[in-house]
Amino acid sequence: MSVIDGQVTPGPGGLCQKGWTAGELLRHPGRLTSPLLHGSPVSWDEALDFVASKISSYEPDEVAVFGGGGLTNEKAYALGKFARVALKTSQIDYNGRFCMSSAAAAGNKAFGLDRGLPFPLTDLRGADTVLLAGSNPAETMPPFLRHLDGARLIVIDPRRTPTAERATLHLQPAPGTDLALALGLLHTAVIEGVIDKEYISSRTTGFDDAWRFAAAWWPEQVERVTGVSAADQRAAVHMLAGRSYVLTGRGTEQHASGTDTVSAWINLALALGLPGRAGSGYGCLTGQGNGQGGREHGQKADQLPGYRKIDDPAARQHIMDVWDVDWLPGPGRSAYELLVAEDIRAMLVFGSNPVVSAPRASGVADRLRALDLLVVADFVMSETAAMADVVFPVTQWAEEDGTMTNLEGRIIRRRKALDPPAGVRSDLELVQGLASRLGVGEKFPVEPVEVFEELRRASAGGLSDYSGITYERLETEQLHWPVPSVEHPGTPRLFLDRFAHADGLARFVPVDHRGPAEPPDAEFPLQATTGRVLQHYQSGAQTRRIGELLAAVPEMYVEMHPDTASRAGLAPGEPAHVVSRRGTVTATVRCVPSMRADAVFLPFHFPGDGRANLLTNPALDPTSRMPEFKVCAVRLERV
Amino acid sequence: MRRVVIVGYGMAGARLADELRRRDPELSITVVGAEPHAAYNRVLLSTVVAGTMTPESTRLHDETWAQEHGIDLRLGCEVREIDRAARAVVLDSGESLPYDALVLATGSVPWVPPAEGLTEDGELAPGVVAFRTLDDCARIEAKAQKGMPVVVLGGGLLGIEAARGLAGRGCLVTVVHPVGHLMERQLDPGAGGVLARTLGKLGIEFRLNALAAKYLPGDGLVLDDGTHVPAELVVVSAGVRAETSLAVQAGLTVDRGIVVDDALRTSDPRVHAIGDCAQHPGTVSGLVQPAWDQAAVLADRLTGANPAARYQGTSVVTRLKARDVDLAALGDVHTDVDCPDSEVLCFQEPSRGRYAKLVLRDDRVAGAIVLGAPDAAATITQLYDRGIPAPTDRLALLLGRALPAEAASPADLPSSAVICRCNTVSKGQIVSAWRAGAESLPQLAEATRATTGCGGCKDAVCGLLDWLGASQPASA
Repeated sequence: MSVIDGQVTPGPGGLCQKGWTAGELLRHPGRLTSPLLHGSPVSWDEALDFVASKISSYEPDEVAVFGGGGLTNEKAYALGKFARVALKTSQIDYNGRFCMSSAAAAGNKAFGLDRGLPFPLTDLRGADTVLLAGSNPAETMPPFLRHLDGARLIVIDPRRTPTAERATLHLQPAPGTDLALALGLLHTAVIEGVIDKEYISSRTTGFDDAWRFAAAWWPEQVERVTGVSAADQRAAVHMLAGRSYVLTGRGTEQHASGTDTVSAWINLALALGLPGRAGSGYGCLTGQGNGQGGREHGQKADQLPGYRKIDDPAARQHIMDVWDVDWLPGPGRSAYELLVAEDIRAMLVFGSNPVVSAPRASGVADRLRALDLLVVADFVMSETAAMADVVFPVTQWAEEDGTMTNLEGRIIRRRKALDPPAGVRSDLELVQGLASRLGVGEKFPVEPVEVFEELRRASAGGLSDYSGITYERLETEQLHWPVPSVEHPGTPRLFLDRFAHADGLARFVPVDHRGPAEPPDAEFPLQATTGRVLQHYQSGAQTRRIGELLAAVPEMYVEMHPDTASRAGLAPGEPAHVVSRRGTVTATVRCVPSMRADAVFLPFHFPGDGRANLLTNPALDPTSRMPEFKVCAVRLERV
Repeated sequence: MRRVVIVGYGMAGARLADELRRRDPELSITVVGAEPHAAYNRVLLSTVVAGTMTPESTRLHDETWAQEHGIDLRLGCEVREIDRAARAVVLDSGESLPYDALVLATGSVPWVPPAEGLTEDGELAPGVVAFRTLDDCARIEAKAQKGMPVVVLGGGLLGIEAARGLAGRGCLVTVVHPVGHLMERQLDPGAGGVLARTLGKLGIEFRLNALAAKYLPGDGLVLDDGTHVPAELVVVSAGVRAETSLAVQAGLTVDRGIVVDDALRTSDPRVHAIGDCAQHPGTVSGLVQPAWDQAAVLADRLTGANPAARYQGTSVVTRLKARDVDLAALGDVHTDVDCPDSEVLCFQEPSRGRYAKLVLRDDRVAGAIVLGAPDAAATITQLYDRGIPAPTDRLALLLGRALPAEAASPADLPSSAVICRCNTVSKGQIVSAWRAGAESLPQLAEATRATTGCGGCKDAVCGLLDWLGASQPASA
């Protein structure tokens, strides 16, 4: 899409209401245009001096950086380098941990490499069947659905979402039971004789170990745990045999067993012979604008640019050479652990609003309030910015150059369309301003193209190799990483000949169902699940400032079955308290007859008493450190 | 180091070994199994008979399991006796295995009806096979051929699963059952009748209220009314009895099974029993779920992970695993329709193989039979297991899912109805735009943004355009 006079014009792919109205944010009256020190406008120099001198008084690992999956590749890269080279801290992570980490971990285990879709998005147009596990693109990315016009859809979601309404088959598992369902579909595929034995033996390893667990999940057993009928399970596997895709989203990934759950979906796809073949596959649907690129270039606690592991000596040496340093910190803590760490004294937050978006949000807010120094870079006064000691006003989408990497691993050029308001600087300038005060300013260029040139060298030889990509090539070419040289045409389809493990084989990962970390009980008999609505984005800090979007969905609500409401003494339109062990949310009751009677749904875009994340459970996945956003035990009370 | 000896390497014994090791990497665990091969999943045997799963796929463990998990596994090994005084298990070989805790997981053995000729010298006669072990399945597979007459003795859950599997292989199956309707433990006569009718359509014949009197090898069975049923293969699935001989010999309290308390202790507190061989007041034998629940509780206790763990019984849901037959039965189903303290719902449509009976007490599902309605079976099972109050709309309950809203015609929609969800465009806005001159789809899209997101509302917008055009002829 493009911007002319602040007005949005869509590209060929279509736009939803968020895209159409995105131009309003550029000249929004709530736009931050001056740095704030303890709430008062100050000059950039004053704010930078203050932050740099405070930071210098702490031990390196007492200073943390919290990034975002909406930042450009250049910013994400610069932020990772800034933390490790200028701050010398290991304590950096980002909100993508709450987003992509389970799918990324499972993709790495199975394929040796994680790229959201290892095939071009347009391939989906040729599919017979697409299974969407825990994804609601009709609300979260409506233009995506244009690619699914010709396919039969299997939608797996406890709610009858707008996406589920378009499905040929909607499987409605109880919240927190997706893993059992995926195991059951693998089992059913075996019984129904639709697995691809030739593919399993020639292109994979580990089927037998995975099967030992799946063998205990025969369809009727799965039905009892999930509520999905054995007949529907059979129908699903028959639909999936053929030119099919299995795609996962946050609904299935944001669990304390999220990595294993994605592994179970990948196991199903492998048993059916889908990945690594033209016309079928497995993929995950990336959440944020740069959810893919944001996880490749070093914002993550355990990673260095090029999707390198920070504990790999060869990877460290390569990055130290590129950065011209002789030391690097090791791995740090994951997002939630970082946000609540008591040994952190200062935190720098870029492009994120964790006071609304992190689990057990009241605890996170308490901890951020207790910091010596909280610094937030944003373009509007988010709830987290409102708590900060120092706020830096930074550029937003149409005001900056850079690149983003989309869900199919294609690098997209973002072009500056207009100048930012006076007083606003880019995140790269902010990073440079701090770095120069910390004595390493020369290592941090402010021009995106210069940062990208360095990123190319840093990523060279890594899994996500950008070394052959230039801004110039992006003018005319569609490039999917890896692109190891400027002559290389890019890699739209990965794995066609071999997977990225040393032996070229994909791995079945043996996993078993565990169930939700917090099962319902007499005190908290209902299960709450959280998600998005079409009109709002993430914590809502941007979209709640756009009149048209706020008018469409103005306030926090909770969806429930009419019987659930009446049994709690509630009526539609009334306020209700939703209570978990961690907090209480105030929300307006909406009755939805297709809801399960034992579950309620809360959107997570609202602030204050309406924060769904006051309720959520910070139980973390052992591998991905993903919190269990999608299910926790609650009860309803009258206000 | 504490030593746990498990006698029996079936579903209960194998599960217990896994659960113990998961909780305690150090504990000394010995498993003694009578069969020569690794434990397998008995629940899947009907799929082996049906030919949809290989015997190998039913294995619970592979050959390296015992070594990898530090478990002393003795296969093909019979236990001669339990020496409770010495706290040791004595094997046939004479070897003695001392224990701190002993667990009997010896399972059950098939019960064979007392018909003349079915057994010879205590063994099943040629052409007669039980339906209990993987070896039994191999025998059935080897023998069963397309077009071959086969009798299944017993119309209980497993008998019907075997019959369905054999019919699927092309055998001509007759089920001989001593009671007037099938699965009488779980079904009322009405449901049993509809089930028989459904299975009849799949080619299975029934002789109800009939006992086998005499087996004629290679020919068939003579029933107690003197009639003859041809059979080249007889599959016995007439029930099981708990395998208690070791426990009896050791002087433990045995009734129908080895009597255990909520801590799964026998009359000797160092000896435990789980699975089909155990008798606990909260359990019906013959199903795997109680065995798995018991294994988890016992593992909690024996490893000290949760010394307070108690087995409180398992709520049993009977779910037939047979292709094209969807049957679930749970709880108390034998309540009369006019019973004063219960609410009983019934629905019968035998011609389409549908039958539902629902017993509600205090607004919760107390029992149900659901046949031929897969969605309802899944939903009602969840309500029962989770103790969720039943929906106020009982009819929706019998259907299993809320009815989809009917697509309203454009004329009937209220003006506030959202047509384009991606851009929150209502019918009213589209009508206004049309009146203002946007009379084509591209014009409407430009004026309102409708259809510019996912494109899913295109048909609805076109419908509105047609309706607007028809209701108010252009430039009349």
